[in-house]
Amino acid sequence: MDLFDNLALGFITASTLWNLLFCLTGVLLGTLIGVLPGIGATATIAMLLPVTFQIGDPVSSLIMLAGIYYGAQYGGSTTAILINMPGESSSAVTAIDGYQMARNGRAGAALATAALGSFFAGTVATFLVALFAPPLTKIALQFGSAEYFSLMVVGLVSSIALAHGSVIKALAMVVLGLLLGLVGSDIFEGTPRFTLGIREFADGLNFVAVAVGVFGVAEILRNLENEHDRSVMIRKVTGLMPTREDFRRMTAPVLRGTGLGSVLGILPGGGAILASFASYTLEKRVAKNPEEFGKGAIEGVAGPESANNAAAQTSFIPMLTLGIPANPVMALMIGAMIIQGIVPGPDVAAERPALFWGLIASMWIGNLMLIVLNLPLIGLWVRLLTVPYQVLFPAIMAFSAIGVYSVKSSAWDLYSVAFFGFVGYLLAKLRCEPAPLLLGFVLGPLFEENLRRAMILSRGDPTIFVTRPISAILLLAAALVLIVVLLPSVRKKREEVFVEEDA
Amino acid sequence: MNKLSIDPTNGACGAIFIAVGLFFGYQSLGQEIGNAFRMGPGYFPLVLSGILILLGAIIVVQATRVTGEPIGQIAWRGMIFILPAPIFFGLTVRGLGFVPALFVTALIAAFASQRMRPGTALIVALALTIFSTIVFSYALGLPFQRFGPWIPWVGA
Repeated sequence: MDLFDNLALGFITASTLWNLLFCLTGVLLGTLIGVLPGIGATATIAMLLPVTFQIGDPVSSLIMLAGIYYGAQYGGSTTAILINMPGESSSAVTAIDGYQMARNGRAGAALATAALGSFFAGTVATFLVALFAPPLTKIALQFGSAEYFSLMVVGLVSSIALAHGSVIKALAMVVLGLLLGLVGSDIFEGTPRFTLGIREFADGLNFVAVAVGVFGVAEILRNLENEHDRSVMIRKVTGLMPTREDFRRMTAPVLRGTGLGSVLGILPGGGAILASFASYTLEKRVAKNPEEFGKGAIEGVAGPESANNAAAQTSFIPMLTLGIPANPVMALMIGAMIIQGIVPGPDVAAERPALFWGLIASMWIGNLMLIVLNLPLIGLWVRLLTVPYQVLFPAIMAFSAIGVYSVKSSAWDLYSVAFFGFVGYLLAKLRCEPAPLLLGFVLGPLFEENLRRAMILSRGDPTIFVTRPISAILLLAAALVLIVVLLPSVRKKREEVFVEEDA
Repeated sequence: MNKLSIDPTNGACGAIFIAVGLFFGYQSLGQEIGNAFRMGPGYFPLVLSGILILLGAIIVVQATRVTGEPIGQIAWRGMIFILPAPIFFGLTVRGLGFVPALFVTALIAAFASQRMRPGTALIVALALTIFSTIVFSYALGLPFQRFGPWIPWVGA
């Protein structure tokens, strides 16, 4: 069968000694940075992105990047459980019951539950990716410019729907991101646009610099606002192995979480956050002991953690098949691919099968490494939590500077880091989410290219977007999403959800 | 209702979006616009700028109706020390070379925290420089000059 041939190719690619080593390094580095409080997966990847460019081979470098992603996610769950500081909004839910479990002296069981649940979900979701990516690729190959344009509209609109706070602000952030993405030479005529006469910006703003600035530097500044001691009450984690009773209680939530997460992860715009929330709500509803939720229910850790990991995995589907990022992390992956000279999209599976399947296989290997490594290493991660922040961020700044400079040895990229760090911080202070901006930035050039090409094909007739059936359906979906988030009742509910998350 | 009450956070936010929209719009006008059939380099950015200005205006109008939360603390000290760090690195990495540029960059960034004592900052910066030089320059072999032309007396 094709699927098994493909998976075999993937495993052969991913399990060469070097690739295993890169995967391992990625997982370790990702956990290392991800475990630092207040640094989420996106910021972690943005900071480590340049390191992966030092590897000549794009396959290895993407495998390492994927490893960093899983590691960072796992690191985020660890801080959520141990010190109630989720690095990422998707692990905010884990903090609710995970931290309470830790306070009850069951930190080990909570961490093991998170790891085992994630591993199971990751395994299932990896198979789903392998199963569904090829047929989707075939569909995607028939996409014309109009369909691509409409698909990107769906992606951008969904990222708005899942952002915190004001819909209008998120929309403005998308538009701002698109505009920033257009800086550089015009694709059709080559004339420089918005470069302010700076020659170095002719190829556009450096994606790594923008990402490091908006996510990394801005996040450091936010952490510096209010320096207070972190209390790490758990100095030693014991009793890692969940009891038989724990296993019995976590089985159903893990299964439900995996299912929910796999479906929601495909949605563009940040399925992982939605998945973990949906799973928590579901578990609370079906539980026989809903009063235990919020006080250390193991179901409240198992479900959301599985959901969020499954979603993290399936969010690779739109990225691999269509070249459309489902969340900021995937936007970073796409940026990395472009820098490596790979054009993300349906052609990747056909033209670079080793890369495509190697990446999929490495997802599973990465998950396996996480569980094999992190449970024994947990003592080390706990000790890392006690490192004072003022020692960490100079290191982060230094590595970011080296990393960004190493991409193309341009000093202007470093000035961009400072500038976008300031912009990112300013926008965060004004309660604007950075995620839609980054999506807009990555999609900007593609969006314009497809719009212009579609309009040339239709001789200037904009109805091309609604007369082609797939394009029309996609636009309809986008419109529906926008209408739904703007509905007063949904708006209220949405605010409630995000308030709960911020709490 | 008091006409002049504008929520500062959202008011500033809307104003910034309008200003950015105007900037990009003005720049787009300097480009060939073209028409919907054959869009010039200025067409799409001009449309986006228009949308951004409109959205900014909506945010400003909303700001006069509802008051949001206050802006809260601002990391002034953080900005004063963190933001110049990469700029300094960019300005000096060629001239001074990788090692001294990185050392000063880390030192500047270290002072962003109120809790940093000068002694600790020096140790942190020194440790970082040694670590990075070994990892990035020797192990990964990044093509950086370790000591640049501005300090010729240090052997390269």
